[in-house]
Amino acid sequence: MGYLIHYSTIFFLFLGCFFILSGSVGLIKLPDVFSRIHAAGLIDTLGTGFIILSLIIHSGFSLLSLKLLLIPLFILFTSPISGHAISLFAHESGYKPKAKLKR
Amino acid sequence: MKDNISSSPILNIVSRILFAPIIIFGLYVQFHGDYGPGGGFQAGVIIAAAFILYSMVFGIKKGETLVPIKINQYLMCIGVLLYAGVGVVSIFLNGNYLDYNVLASDSSSGQHLGIILVELGVGITVATVMIALYHSFASFRIKDD
Repeated sequence: MGYLIHYSTIFFLFLGCFFILSGSVGLIKLPDVFSRIHAAGLIDTLGTGFIILSLIIHSGFSLLSLKLLLIPLFILFTSPISGHAISLFAHESGYKPKAKLKR
Repeated sequence: MKDNISSSPILNIVSRILFAPIIIFGLYVQFHGDYGPGGGFQAGVIIAAAFILYSMVFGIKKGETLVPIKINQYLMCIGVLLYAGVGVVSIFLNGNYLDYNVLASDSSSGQHLGIILVELGVGITVATVMIALYHSFASFRIKDD
């Protein structure tokens, strides 16, 4: 049981780090506002979500893990909303997506 | 360009839902600060973030009716005076400036009381200064001719 907790903590921590890393690469490499918002949303939801999941597994079932559970709940509320606000105002002030559709 | 973004129903409703939990979290950070991570500065910024969110979504006019400029200025001064006043009181009680040990009967509870009061002063000042900074920058208009 101890091994299971230990290795699943490490696994989810690395999964979260992977999503944060790929989101950061996307934030630099992608061409315009809308696709960059997509990459930033990956960092906020999946990256921090998996890292906090690993912390909850590590700390066991206590008041601390309940407090930790509140953080991803808050992030899942706010991060898509901020992405929505940025994309709404980018759209209203006349930005067009640079990426072209391949048919 | 619209003046505020409350016309978007998603932003409107989510900021209504989140306004109270942000302030409660700020108060938690404030009063947890003397025996855990946290403190006056962080709590002030979090509480100010709730009010800044309100005036971002519902417009600067409604934000200024929620936190009137006059009351905001008084609260800034009250926070600094609370900080300095704790120090001066400890001078009058035969201690150094901001020497919390003399504030209560024994030094441990004196430290506790002094830290709570000083952090409260810092929190009030930081929150109101943040709100005032946001309002003064956001009501800035470039004259178009």
